[in-house]
Amino acid sequence: MRIHFKTGYGQDIRLFEDSREAVQNALLILAAVSAPWWLDEYMLGEVTYVLIWILAGLGLMILAGHTGQPSLGHGAFLACGAYMEVILLEAGVPFVLSLPLAGLFAGVVGAVVAIPALRMSGIYLAIATLAFGIMTEDIIILLTPWTGGIEGVFTPTISLLGIEIDRYGDPDRFYWLCLFVVILITVGYKNILRSPTGRAFTAIRDSEVSARAMGVNVARMKTLAFGLSCFVTGLAGALLAHYLTAFNYEAFLILISIQLLLMVTVGGLGSIHGAYYGAIVIGLLPVVIATLRQEISDFLGAGNSSVPGMETAIFAVIIVAFIIYEPLGIYGRWTKIRIWLELFPLARKDMFRRQKSYLKTERMK
Amino acid sequence: MSLLSVRDLSISFGGVKAVDNVSFDVEPGEVFTIVGPNGAGKSTIFNLISRIYDPSSGSISFDGQDITRSRADEIAPLGIARTFQNIELFEHSTVMHNLLVGQHSRRTTSWLSDALFLPATRREEHNMREKAEQVIDFLDLQPYRDKLIAGLPYGVRKVVEIARGLASDPRLLLLDEPASGLSVEETQDMAFWIEDMQKDLGITILMVEHDMSLVNQVSDRVLALADGRSLAFGTAEEVQSHPDVIAAYLGVEEDA
Repeated sequence: MRIHFKTGYGQDIRLFEDSREAVQNALLILAAVSAPWWLDEYMLGEVTYVLIWILAGLGLMILAGHTGQPSLGHGAFLACGAYMEVILLEAGVPFVLSLPLAGLFAGVVGAVVAIPALRMSGIYLAIATLAFGIMTEDIIILLTPWTGGIEGVFTPTISLLGIEIDRYGDPDRFYWLCLFVVILITVGYKNILRSPTGRAFTAIRDSEVSARAMGVNVARMKTLAFGLSCFVTGLAGALLAHYLTAFNYEAFLILISIQLLLMVTVGGLGSIHGAYYGAIVIGLLPVVIATLRQEISDFLGAGNSSVPGMETAIFAVIIVAFIIYEPLGIYGRWTKIRIWLELFPLARKDMFRRQKSYLKTERMK
Repeated sequence: MSLLSVRDLSISFGGVKAVDNVSFDVEPGEVFTIVGPNGAGKSTIFNLISRIYDPSSGSISFDGQDITRSRADEIAPLGIARTFQNIELFEHSTVMHNLLVGQHSRRTTSWLSDALFLPATRREEHNMREKAEQVIDFLDLQPYRDKLIAGLPYGVRKVVEIARGLASDPRLLLLDEPASGLSVEETQDMAFWIEDMQKDLGITILMVEHDMSLVNQVSDRVLALADGRSLAFGTAEEVQSHPDVIAAYLGVEEDA
């Protein structure tokens, strides 16, 4: 077990807990940056897709994981970002501006949606956001002049400061672009978490009454959380538009919203790592299943024909297993394994028994 | 001039008058205690002062400023901190984190400055941590600094909640049953801390408490309530020997 001898306040504030963690992260970034040299084009495309999912997951994590406001309609903000990006690029706005503006648009829409959502919490909020997610398809079709409706739209090629970035022509550059945005947002996210804003978010999640008594303006903070969350998801949407190159309303069915929420839950609610792990599992699982398709089909005795609906079934089993056995997600499980390894052989059997929390009064809601 | 002044305060839930025309003044530097049987409206008065409930009539003013219609989150910045009867800590955070949230009302940075972690945010983080360390030192919470609330014993949680209140540098601290659920030793510690807060830190304390030994030990003045109405007012001894108070707690003999 690592014990930190603290000698200054700066130590508690810094980005990484100790030099070991800093080195680990630096190596990880190095490996990620060099990926185009050691991955083939197909896998690089898949990893890029995972990066976009990570970004969308980070957005939802701010809201669902840290502020405690579940959203089943985040696909809508993905759509906001994607369509806005195409509209702006076609209007001749340079990519440097269109990307943040697309995110900003999603963020503003999110903050506006937050106003009625402020009165709701828990399951009621989930239902309200679900309704919003379901409406998305219809809204996209209603706005056909801008969104292309059923026919869909083509995303113009990115031209960043004179450099062409085409998703198929230059997969390396597009990958690096996505990686850059993900790293930037992750650092911003970590900064928020180690400052009063992030603490106010988690305070709202843990006890709204108490947060209010500490002087947290709950309505304003929730709106801010919605705005930031949708901004990040909107950025992911804009990148997704470039990844798909051509898309219509089918890219933003309600299933996408549900998948996003499952992703952060499986990854581990309430941690940045969770968004990463969740995106890796959900993003790469179809690839893994496709690769193992033949073996799985043989195993199930289905011969050469693949079993219909198998992917969805495997998906569902994994998710149910997580919710029953590890509600804290992959990150929660990993934390336990790490502590077990660090303490070896001194770990106690009961160490991670779930704590029964003291009764909380619901009187003052 | 009194620090907190409550005038003709009333609130009813449906047909029940939980608080009925209660008035009192808390003077700067004193420990003012509200006692009374269960359901007397003690915690309701706290929730009225911290603006979780809206009174049906009456007024509350703090340091000459009317706060009867203020928002709940505008109370802490004025210098009023509170604890809760059933402990409302941020369970999934460490003690330090809780003390930092306690200082939220003093924050000056914007979220944008936080996201970029500008020097202003860094400076503020330093100051907040320094304050938190002072409070940890004052209440002997060093062993628990980086522990999660979810794993702490009940008695420690009670102290952490007071620490969170102190972290905001309050002028008035509302303690809702600080000794409930504590052992005899812990109650004794609580009494010493309340005295220290009053004498060393100069904080005015408004407290609701059932434990009469603690009430006798620390209170300057006591107000007894029953069924939302004030019964008696004075020093701890005066209130305890008041016939109405005895009647409210023990009942009266039929043929007396």
